[in-house]
Amino acid sequence: MSAVTETAQAAKPARTVSLRGGATQKLLAFASLILLVLFFSLASENFFRFDNLIGIMLSTAVIGVLALGSTFVIITGGIDLSVGTVMTFSAVMTGVVISFWGLPIPFGIAGGILTGMLCGFISGWFVARMQIPPFIATLGMMMVTKGLALVVSGTRPIYFNDTPGFSKLAMGTILGIPYAVFVFFGLAILAGIVLNKTIIGRYNFALGSNEEATRLSGVNVRNWKIAIYAMTGIFSGIAGILMASRLNSAQPALGAGYELEAIAAVVIGGTSLSGGRGSILGTVIGALIMSVMTNGLRILSVPQEWQIVLVGLVVVLAVYADILRRRKK
Amino acid sequence: MDIPLVLMEGIEKSFPGVHALKNCRFELRAGEIHALVGENGAGKSTLMKVLTGVYRKDAGTIRYKGKEVEIPDTKAAQQLGIGIIHQELNLMPDLTAAQNLFIGREPRKLGGLLLDDRRLYKDAEKLFRQLNLNFSPDTKVGDLTVARQQMVEIAKALSYNSEVLIMDEPTAALTSAEIEELFRMMGQLREQGVGIVYISHRMEELKRMTDRMTVMRDGSYIDTLQTADTSINRIISLMVGRELYVNTKQAAPRLNADTVLEVKGLSRGRAVRDVSFSLKKGEILGIAGLMGAGRTETARLIFGADRPDAGEIFVHGRKLVIRGPHDAVRHGIGYLSEDRKRYGLMTEMDVRTNIAVSSYGRFRSAAGWMRDASMDENAERYVDSLQIKTPGVHQIVKFLSGGNQQKVVIGKWLTRDCDILIFDEPTRGIDVGAKTEIYKLLDELAAQGKGIIMISSELPEILRMSHRILVMCEGRLTGELSGEEATQELIMRYATMRITEPDAKHA
Ligand SMILES: Nc1ncnc2c1ncn2[C@@H]1O[C@H](COP(=O)(O)OP(=O)(O)OP(=O)(O)O)[C@@H](O)[C@H]1O
Ligand SMILES: [Mg+2]
Repeated sequence: MSAVTETAQAAKPARTVSLRGGATQKLLAFASLILLVLFFSLASENFFRFDNLIGIMLSTAVIGVLALGSTFVIITGGIDLSVGTVMTFSAVMTGVVISFWGLPIPFGIAGGILTGMLCGFISGWFVARMQIPPFIATLGMMMVTKGLALVVSGTRPIYFNDTPGFSKLAMGTILGIPYAVFVFFGLAILAGIVLNKTIIGRYNFALGSNEEATRLSGVNVRNWKIAIYAMTGIFSGIAGILMASRLNSAQPALGAGYELEAIAAVVIGGTSLSGGRGSILGTVIGALIMSVMTNGLRILSVPQEWQIVLVGLVVVLAVYADILRRRKK
Repeated sequence: MDIPLVLMEGIEKSFPGVHALKNCRFELRAGEIHALVGENGAGKSTLMKVLTGVYRKDAGTIRYKGKEVEIPDTKAAQQLGIGIIHQELNLMPDLTAAQNLFIGREPRKLGGLLLDDRRLYKDAEKLFRQLNLNFSPDTKVGDLTVARQQMVEIAKALSYNSEVLIMDEPTAALTSAEIEELFRMMGQLREQGVGIVYISHRMEELKRMTDRMTVMRDGSYIDTLQTADTSINRIISLMVGRELYVNTKQAAPRLNADTVLEVKGLSRGRAVRDVSFSLKKGEILGIAGLMGAGRTETARLIFGADRPDAGEIFVHGRKLVIRGPHDAVRHGIGYLSEDRKRYGLMTEMDVRTNIAVSSYGRFRSAAGWMRDASMDENAERYVDSLQIKTPGVHQIVKFLSGGNQQKVVIGKWLTRDCDILIFDEPTRGIDVGAKTEIYKLLDELAAQGKGIIMISSELPEILRMSHRILVMCEGRLTGELSGEEATQELIMRYATMRITEPDAKHA
């Protein structure tokens, strides 16, 4: 084998890339985003305008926050199908606290976040303790929260008319930029730190990479898994509050189908559904690609039916590009 | 010195349908290397898993430094200072080597809020330097070779400052240079007073490295012996408890036997360069070479698992285009992968399905239903003839011991009834008893007229079995020897022959 001197050298090389992983994938996704923006800007002068760009950001915010949360669960190799309806249920609970009980706004916020966290915790409990496959456990949670949102609200929207401050949460602006946009990017930074710099993030990758090996290394796999699902729930709760604030009402019938868009955003961003690989930056770019597409196609007056078709194709193409790149290596 | 480091007594462990450990005993002293030997499925891994908290024992006592202890989970074992390198690699491929090393006890900063990756890498580098590992701890484990992954496992076990270190077949996938490095490390640890448990099927290694041996058979403790006073034959007879098949080399096939397979100019990148050879009916053709010589890559090309850049393949004189393994199988080529976990088995499925999977057509009724009864019958036949140790054909393969999993793969290709069988390291991780069974099987298959290619890194095995031997180095064929003229020295000479002049073939 080698001499010591050689070893010392070999151990040195920079470690910048591998920590974050899949740098090229993100580059690829980022390049596609720029290309899309360029394309739509050239195709229509209405696209690259301040208010339209803000509109895009604003429409990214809710799906984006859901996608951030989903990233964690997906990196464990699991899936959370309930993020959309948990979001709705959290919004409804916020409405209950503020409009039905007449408590101040911060209590409403806390109520929404706690609701999301509790739902995630329960899903995680079923997955980790009861060994129910994530697909099934969260499918159940999706239906339960969908139903509960309707039950609690009496199937009618809950309005926040008595608390004018509430709609400011998402729609208040600084320099013309709505708070919701700041919340999204703020949460993205926070999620990035959690995923890359904290213990829960490290175990998140470890779990997705090889759960048995992680367990045998003495890590309490079950508890961390529950914590990760609960964290995803917190993000759903925050998304619910943003949504309610933006509509100035909690709409109990909304939310189903959002989980699939969130998953699409995560996947476009290069996170692997089989676990172990993924990044927050990728998810942010993925979410932006989705809303730029929808917005741009609408401006070009592409009928909505066709918008859906195109977005579907993009999801598959993005994943295929990722596979091609990986195969080359 | 009088109190053993570890003393296990009366250990019992059962799995559904398997009484894996029966009243087992094991004693380990500080500063010794202690071999644990036994056939596949004897319970070696299980006993060590009990000691490290992977499994809970049903009964018995464990004393650590004289004090009775309970080891309910892996964390407890780590805290006592008992480290293990499992038979199956247990790493997170998407994490870097350093992250793997310190999983579960990452250094933190800011009051535990954030990970301290700088310190993580510094500690890892220090450990790597101590162990003389010459790759960066920043590499993703999935990008490392199996041997290096093994090194990471070893480094991980050592990093717990373990006083007991268990190695379950650590050398199965290592090159001889790496094995030397590992032995050097083991010697060093022994000096420091670490007690090492060493599990291996390679008798020469055991003889050379270990101080004492404990023999197990069928889940029971047989005996503990001083290695120095014990002959290999004696160990084997204790392990096996029966007579072994001794083969005398079979007569080579007649020179005018039909050629079943011919390969011309096969190439793929740098791994396989212009390889040509032919295989006769009833012949065992050995392919020798060092790790990375391109032997497995060549086999994968013939089997259609990878696409060649150039070259032609003829089966029974007919040129074939092999688009994938399904084509190869259709033309009667079977391939036993060296990495059975990844490529050879569906580990979550049962024995019978694994044996039947390549020949499903045979187990289908005219209406398209699967005929379970005949699948069972077929599987039972091979469980019998290959002596696969399993409670039944419905056992999930993942629960079989390593060697028995290998036999399941062999059963699969025998069921398929291929004319051409490629065995890639067929005896890796297999005990002496099973090894001779497999040799016997290969001889029988050749006698039945099958063409057999056997890739192996163990020279004695190649020499013993092959009618003809090809040697590869750096993707090229560097030599061809008849069974009679071949010697270890000659093979090694060709195996290390870096081609400078293009025409160095030995006829
Ligand atoms: N989790 C499990 N469930 C059911 N049976 C098991 C399990 N683990 C091991 N066994 C069975 O226990 C017996 C002992 O297996 P073990 O892996 O300890 O053998 P081993 O001596 O390590 O063999 P090898 O040399 O092939 O690695 C085998 O019959 C095996 O099939
Ligand atoms: Mg074993």
